[in-house]
Amino acid sequence: MSAQNIRDAVIIGGNRIPFARAHTAYATAGNQDMLTSALNGLVARFGLQGEQLGTVAAGAVMKHSKNFNLTRESVLGTPLDPKTPAFDVQMACATGMEAIGSMANKIKLGQIDSAIAGGVDSISDAPIVVTDELRGILMEANRAKTMSQRLKAFAKIRPGHLAPQAPGVNEPRTGLSMGEHMAITAHAWGITRAEQDELALASHKNLAAAYERGFFDDLVTPFKGLNRDNNMRADSTMEKLGKLSPAFGKDLGEDATMTAANSTALTDGASAVLLGSEEWADQHDLPKLANFIDYEEGAVDFVDGAEGLLMAPAYAAARMLRRNNLSFSDFEYLEIHEAFASTVLAQIKAWESEEFCRNKLGLDSALGTIDRSRLNVNGSSLAAGHPFAATGGRIVGSLAKALHGKPGKLGFISVCAAGGQGITAIIEGR
Amino acid sequence: MPRDIYTEFANTGLGRSLTKNLGLPQPAKLRRHRPGRALVEGPVVVLGSSEASAALAERMLGWDLDVRRHIGPKEKVAAVVACFDSVSTPAQLSAVVLELGSLLRQLMPSGRVITVFRDPAGTEDPAVRAARSAVQGLTRSTAHEMRAGGTANGIVLSDSLDASAPGAAGALRFLLSGRSAFVSGQFISVDTVNGALPNDWDLPLDGQVAVVTGAARGIGAAIARVLRRDGASVILVDIPAAGEQLAAVANEVSGTALQLDITAQDAGERILAHAAQHHGRLDIVVHNAGITRDKLLANMDEARWNSVIAVNIESQLRMNRAFLASALFNADAHGGAGMGPRIVSLASTSGIAGNRGQTNYAASKAGVMGMVAATSAQLASRHGTINAVAPGFIETEMTARMPLATREVARRLNSLNQGGLPVDVAETIAFLASPQAGGTSGLTLRVCGQNLVGA
Repeated sequence: MSAQNIRDAVIIGGNRIPFARAHTAYATAGNQDMLTSALNGLVARFGLQGEQLGTVAAGAVMKHSKNFNLTRESVLGTPLDPKTPAFDVQMACATGMEAIGSMANKIKLGQIDSAIAGGVDSISDAPIVVTDELRGILMEANRAKTMSQRLKAFAKIRPGHLAPQAPGVNEPRTGLSMGEHMAITAHAWGITRAEQDELALASHKNLAAAYERGFFDDLVTPFKGLNRDNNMRADSTMEKLGKLSPAFGKDLGEDATMTAANSTALTDGASAVLLGSEEWADQHDLPKLANFIDYEEGAVDFVDGAEGLLMAPAYAAARMLRRNNLSFSDFEYLEIHEAFASTVLAQIKAWESEEFCRNKLGLDSALGTIDRSRLNVNGSSLAAGHPFAATGGRIVGSLAKALHGKPGKLGFISVCAAGGQGITAIIEGR
Repeated sequence: MPRDIYTEFANTGLGRSLTKNLGLPQPAKLRRHRPGRALVEGPVVVLGSSEASAALAERMLGWDLDVRRHIGPKEKVAAVVACFDSVSTPAQLSAVVLELGSLLRQLMPSGRVITVFRDPAGTEDPAVRAARSAVQGLTRSTAHEMRAGGTANGIVLSDSLDASAPGAAGALRFLLSGRSAFVSGQFISVDTVNGALPNDWDLPLDGQVAVVTGAARGIGAAIARVLRRDGASVILVDIPAAGEQLAAVANEVSGTALQLDITAQDAGERILAHAAQHHGRLDIVVHNAGITRDKLLANMDEARWNSVIAVNIESQLRMNRAFLASALFNADAHGGAGMGPRIVSLASTSGIAGNRGQTNYAASKAGVMGMVAATSAQLASRHGTINAVAPGFIETEMTARMPLATREVARRLNSLNQGGLPVDVAETIAFLASPQAGGTSGLTLRVCGQNLVGA
């Protein structure tokens, strides 16, 4: 296909429910409730009732097996035309970005004219897995043809089999939690406690200020009585942050720098972004906030410690910027998701490091510096929270709005993910 | 919505006989509008031999109504239209009045009495003015005497206006219909020939774009539903904190949700921008959003006073300035066929009668009435109208929080012996927002079941 056939994929707007710390406001809501609510808010904002959209793509990281068709079931709970197809995506914390990027590509290629992409995650309603032994016995009982066979199977159950297996956030291949992985990376890059606390404080201040000036009035729809992200601490100070003891990398002793405040809390939430072709947006009298320009996936080999678990975006960004002939100074705003404050700082140090960029990224020189005044200006994951799959939708909705009315100005997005993966993206205001 | 258990009981067989024998109030189940349902369910008797009686009788014949000049003593009557438009002395009232009185016992449940007369303020002749004013008094008293959900209201025609004007037909049809179920003892003045009758009386707002503030719940949500039912596209506005319910109502009425604090300086501009983006026009504005912060004046603090004034009246003044400055808010300019833009504001009977503990609220709502009267002239140049609706006791979440005894008294203190429903307020607003109400502007219309005081 020739390049002339590629058309613009327009970001029309976004909607999310406020993000809630795990086991708080949404403790009794499931993934489907939250995703449906985020979609309903989007439908109401843009008057999409009865519309048949090209595709809806979304997903969750912590997902019940009963939610195998989570996105489709959520669409059926909205006033969208039930003839709208939907599918589930899963790429850990990059789920939302992958859903948005792939839907933008379908629009660019002319395969569909409109799409909703997003994600949802609930820690509070996480699937509980039973032990392999118990599962074996239950399946055996299920296969039983007679009552006595069934009773014989059940008789094998021992108390130890009944302990529920909490869903792991540990990396399966290393057994280390994401925080422990990041602590290793942070230490290796010499990230200080003060730097991390400053980044966390800026996140809370920027998010609170954005709420105060009404920035989220048309991006967030309340859910279950919650109006704003309840992880946000508008009154946070460096002194308060400084009092917390380290939460990760405790074996580093004095060098442990990562606390509960400069790491993102486990969060429940959902988000959705409406995308369309230019023609579709015009036909439906919908706004055109920004164009989705490009995105890049990346992965690193973290298992043997060759690279930090959350460093994949450093590599993806380099490839994406080279492909588009851009550098960091070309961006009006940069949205770098913090699984941890140190993730952002390590990435920035890597991009600024001549050595890293030559040896690991194969460049001639350092990739460049990040202007901190353009970084996460409307708050970020540290303050808002990070419901894994919902983070991409939060970032794209907010960044597109920030770039609206600034035609040609660019926005940079970076999201790290479990499994050593990550996604970076570029959008352009209009 | 709170249940009116007394009314439910009074409408059972046992309840009917008990309340009758004990002389208790007998609230009837009111006839309310449903699309496709007959306008009235029986004959309409037109009294008087004036110009208006001929014009209105002809109009009703055009609506396929069973219009009579005379009716047998045993027949049931759905409505009586009593025309007094040619009276010039009080003595001339008696012929029509006595005939009206003889028909009252024949009225069906939810029957209608509609008087038609000329504006008393339109004459300096003492005898003529006395006669016209007398009609107001007899109409209000008749309303008090109506039974079984019946209402009595008046249509006040300005002196030079031909009774075949669209505005007169619009007011007549509204008062005959179930849309005016909770309107009684009130007068709709028709001053100009402006306005147009709809092609489809079930879709009078077809193709129009309306914005409703405070649309997430209660009366605001009911307004959005009725405007949609009547054919309008609706933009629903409420504060961001009410966004979840706002989205639910928006999805129900296939509208768009705009989360916005109407006290923001640029609220009017943001509504206009939303309307321009999604519809390219704005025809109807319903200022419904309002708050109460009740306190005796002796205990009134600055925050309570200021917030009520800011939300209930200052915001409306500011938004109206933006709307009136915009070419978008000009229905005639985009093929409105003489329709003109419409503004309807929520006042309150508290603003008329006052209410203990509501100096701030009553001030703001009286302010709305003043604002509406004064803004009328500014809309006249674009054939637009602005009116206010003053609800009495309406069954909402707000009145559900009233103490039981107070609520029960408030419910029975009107001629219909019951509280109104949010839909009753919404129906009156939809009427005032409609093309057929183009002759009425600057008016405050009560929807209170002829409540004795402000509630």
